[in-house]
Amino acid sequence: MQGSIADSSQPITEATIAPTAIAHAHEAHPDFRVWGLLTFLISESLMFGGLFVTYLFLRGEAAVWPPEGTEVELLLPTINTIILVSSSFVIHLGDTAIKKNDLAGMRRWYWVTALMGATFLGGQAYEYYTLGYGLTTNIFSNCFYVMTGFHGLHVFIGLLLILGVLWRSRRSGHYGSHHHVGIEMAEIYWHFVDIIWIVLFSLIYILTLF
Amino acid sequence: MTPAQLPVNTPLADPGASPPPQGWKWYDYFTFNVDHKVIGIQYLVTSFFFYLIGGAMAVAMRTELATPDSDFIDPTLYNAFMTNHGTIMIFLWIVPSAIGGFGNFLVPLMIGARDMAFPKLNAIAFWLNPPAGALLMASFFFGGAQSGWTSYPPLSEITANVAQSMWILAIVMVGTSSILGALNFVITILFMRIPSMRLDQSPLFCWAMLATSLLALLSTPVLAIGLLLLLFDINFGTSFFKPDAGGNVVLYQHLFWFYSHPAVYLMILPIFGIMSEVFPVYSRKPIFGYKAIAYSSMAICLVGLFVWVHHMFTSGTPPWMRLFFTISTLIVGIPTGVKIFGWVATMWGGKIRYTTSMLFAIGFLTMFVFGGMTGVTMGTAPVDIHVHDTYYVVGHFHYVLFGGSVFGLYAGIYHWFPKMTGRLLNEPLGWVHFALTFIGSNLTFLPMHQLGLQGMPRRVAMYDPQFTSVNQLCTIGAFILAASVIPFTINVVWSWSRGAVAGDNPWRALTLEWTTSSPPLIENWEVLPVLTHGPYDYGLNNSSPENLEPVAGSTSPS
Repeated sequence: MQGSIADSSQPITEATIAPTAIAHAHEAHPDFRVWGLLTFLISESLMFGGLFVTYLFLRGEAAVWPPEGTEVELLLPTINTIILVSSSFVIHLGDTAIKKNDLAGMRRWYWVTALMGATFLGGQAYEYYTLGYGLTTNIFSNCFYVMTGFHGLHVFIGLLLILGVLWRSRRSGHYGSHHHVGIEMAEIYWHFVDIIWIVLFSLIYILTLF
Repeated sequence: MTPAQLPVNTPLADPGASPPPQGWKWYDYFTFNVDHKVIGIQYLVTSFFFYLIGGAMAVAMRTELATPDSDFIDPTLYNAFMTNHGTIMIFLWIVPSAIGGFGNFLVPLMIGARDMAFPKLNAIAFWLNPPAGALLMASFFFGGAQSGWTSYPPLSEITANVAQSMWILAIVMVGTSSILGALNFVITILFMRIPSMRLDQSPLFCWAMLATSLLALLSTPVLAIGLLLLLFDINFGTSFFKPDAGGNVVLYQHLFWFYSHPAVYLMILPIFGIMSEVFPVYSRKPIFGYKAIAYSSMAICLVGLFVWVHHMFTSGTPPWMRLFFTISTLIVGIPTGVKIFGWVATMWGGKIRYTTSMLFAIGFLTMFVFGGMTGVTMGTAPVDIHVHDTYYVVGHFHYVLFGGSVFGLYAGIYHWFPKMTGRLLNEPLGWVHFALTFIGSNLTFLPMHQLGLQGMPRRVAMYDPQFTSVNQLCTIGAFILAASVIPFTINVVWSWSRGAVAGDNPWRALTLEWTTSSPPLIENWEVLPVLTHGPYDYGLNNSSPENLEPVAGSTSPS
């Protein structure tokens, strides 16, 4: 019974509280980290929500949207969208693999996802260079660069998470069919980044056609 | 007294047990520590330090306002004080002490958990606060932000650009801290209660923290975006809030108030939670309407997200918006009233003990009801258009934020100080503290309503001489208020090392935090407690826990 308080350095998990007589019911609870991430992502989506509302508000005020000379191009972003959306399926293959204890499979699919994410960021950077207008050109370009840039930052963080998973998976036994919360969290974050992009793509690229 | 006579850290005698963990040393409180109790006390002490700084700014401003002319401090410095007084009191005193301080210390203890769900994240959230405060202090080297805590453009974009940018970064830091803390509370309260405690058996403070945290999670990110865009406007040449280039200033107000109105609930909901704990203990009666009080917290959380435009009735707001937001604002009065009546009914016929904590709780009730009523008058668009941007507004929000939040914080400190430190605060000094605070706050903030109704604008260093005498009344009150902090500080510092030993449960309270030692063990309990009674079963036959100690201090009046 004393084992529960002896090592205070450990986080509270089933293992540390299980010895107490009444704590066994905690074992049935889902892992808090996933719940924590989901809660955080709800908060994060409100951040993008603020940006979307700003965009729509300013668009509603403007006579012409986007102003002459700052039209967006469509081909590259569409390819980019296809890449990012597909990567959400690819990363799920990695998650499926680790649940079958297939570490090599997980690593393979996560590497592919990382490459797709990097390609997306590269495409985004290329688009910035070739558009012919910058952050400060007009109110539309303000919105365009801040929104896509803020999203790009999130893609970059997602990429780092995936690379972190790959780095950790080098150690044998770090991940397994029963130990893959970190892998799952990277996947959830990646899906989030993907969903945000779909809304963002609709607002900035599709809706400006009409 | 020698230390040997003060066995506050001595663990329970338990033959055959392995050596229990040591208590924390004083220097542990200055390190990156993941214990929720250490973090709670870190929040409380840090925020109290900023409270003193913010208070000093207020005293300087009130001294300036003792005369109509600008003769004490430079008007630019006055603006910087005005901006940072509000910012510090909100973001570095009330929010971190109520949510970070009491929330972190109490929530795991109240629900029988050994720590928060994410202890490291919790420590990170705390350690974002001191740098944010330092950033605000440093901004004074660049003139200090000039545009008030609301930082409306265009003023915020054309004055003190460097200081304004530092201000924005500081707020984004405390905002991040707030989001991280909030997600921790939500997961902890939902998933980490002892198995024998259902959510509707948890203390009302936990309900209040749940509502607070949900509100913080949903509203804080929107402020972050608003401030990010402001930062871009100031430093990177964008024009989101510049009307001459297609931007819109009212857009900022929407983004700002979508957070900052809920922010007033962030500052008062935890205090409501503290009140729901304090009233039953000192009235020795079950709380009146547990479920009504619990659900009204959630109702305030929900409705509170849809009232923000009542701050913008004079911003060219269309009539349908004025109508909608007037109605939604008045609806907030209902769940708030439910709580007030619940507490009054709890006291009714109770065996009231007038401890300092209870005095502050009753003081809270009177002050907050008054502030609430002026709030209802301003929530209606016609009155608001008359009093907008006058001292009436200043009077109102000081009644709810000082008379409400700060009184509630004091009540909480007197109530839980024995649990945090193992020692009681001195009661006679506490009464002096209460008397000075109550007189001082009413004398400072009541005349402001008259000033506002007569048309004195807020946020000015100079004013029309006809307002002189009433302003001097406010200034005298402010001095009394400043003096009231002295007995409190002496009391805390002295009692922390030399106060009377409290014992585990000096107030004979029934919530779980009183079942462990004072101060609690590092992981809170040797063996997790099992729920045998509800949190407010005072005066009921089944509610006499064993090992109750005599009521502490001189706390049983007629």
